Amino acid sequence: MTGYKVLVVEDSPTMRQLIVFALKRIRGFQIVEANDGVDGLKKLSADKFDLIVTDINMPIMDGLKLVSMVRNDPNYKETPIIIITTEGATEDRERALALGANEYITKPIQTMQILETVKKLMNV
Amino acid sequence: MSHSDEEKDTASRADDFLQMFKKGAEFTQDLLKENERLRFRIVKLEEALKDKGHEVSSESVDTVELMRKIEALELEKEEILGRIKTVEEENQSFANRYIEIEEENNMLANLYIASYQLHSTLDFKEVLQIILEIVINLIGAEEFGVLLLDEKTNQLEPVASEGLETSEMPSIAVGKGIIGESVKNGENYFIETMEGYQRDFEKPIVCIPLKIKEHVIGVIVIYKLLIQKDQFTNVDYELFTLLAGHAATAVFSSRLYSDSERKLSTIQGFIDLLTK
Repeated sequence: MTGYKVLVVEDSPTMRQLIVFALKRIRGFQIVEANDGVDGLKKLSADKFDLIVTDINMPIMDGLKLVSMVRNDPNYKETPIIIITTEGATEDRERALALGANEYITKPIQTMQILETVKKLMNV
Repeated sequence: MSHSDEEKDTASRADDFLQMFKKGAEFTQDLLKENERLRFRIVKLEEALKDKGHEVSSESVDTVELMRKIEALELEKEEILGRIKTVEEENQSFANRYIEIEEENNMLANLYIASYQLHSTLDFKEVLQIILEIVINLIGAEEFGVLLLDEKTNQLEPVASEGLETSEMPSIAVGKGIIGESVKNGENYFIETMEGYQRDFEKPIVCIPLKIKEHVIGVIVIYKLLIQKDQFTNVDYELFTLLAGHAATAVFSSRLYSDSERKLSTIQGFIDLLTK
């Protein structure tokens, strides 16, 4: 399956580069990067994405606010969302999933972990 | 007895004898018939026996043939099972190799990205920020700091931190305590066990001296790992090694660049003053 468009929202260039590196291993994935929640929302409204990968702790707008807003958008009600964060507490995970995230991965991450999660969610 | 009486008696006796002979002849005929019947039956039985014997023999041949086939199939089955086992072992070996390659791939990706990011700028503050990002995101530390060596005072001064205030962190003399010793010897330090560890600024869980060849310019000290991180992996040790060298050169070169930029700016200011 090709032609999926993925938005990666992450303020850390190091982490963003690692996520993009992992996602590029899936043939046909077109990846767009955003620095924070506001930048992410702008890009989401300007285009149609099939998958959103986001961090939680970001300046201007955090990942949880972004997830909440994305789920209120009729265009993105069903779009898979993966959260990749340093927040490893159970309550953080539960809160993110309750807001509408589909998967919750804690840092530090392995590229294989991202790949497996994406493949599972996207059936690729 | 008269002559006629004797004749009658003789005739009667001859008649009796004839009757007896006839009966004997009939009996002999019966015996011969019985004999013939028995002989016929024997022949039939022999034929039946012969036929039966032939059938048994044929069945035996089929059975032997079947037995041979079964044996051959059993051997084939054993061979196939052996091959399946070999293939399964190979499969397992490939699966393990795949995991190893993925781990290596992950490690190389981490190292490449860390190295790429460290050398992506000559801005000193950005370099420090990138070091923090690497330690948070790729290693998984929650509380840590970076100390740089002031060569005039021979003190390690805190310049950046995460999860704690930089101002909270004390200056450390080279050679003093765990951090000072680690810097003096240029060797990484790892606490023996993290169980029950309470943060102590002079006793971190990890010390990574930043070295350019044998010249130490600073140290990364870690006090706490993320909640989900309970131990270090091979990737972490590789990253520590990378940080020790690449972070040191990145810090050193960015500081030199900043200093030269500042000096250039000062000189330019003087030139501007003199020429105006």
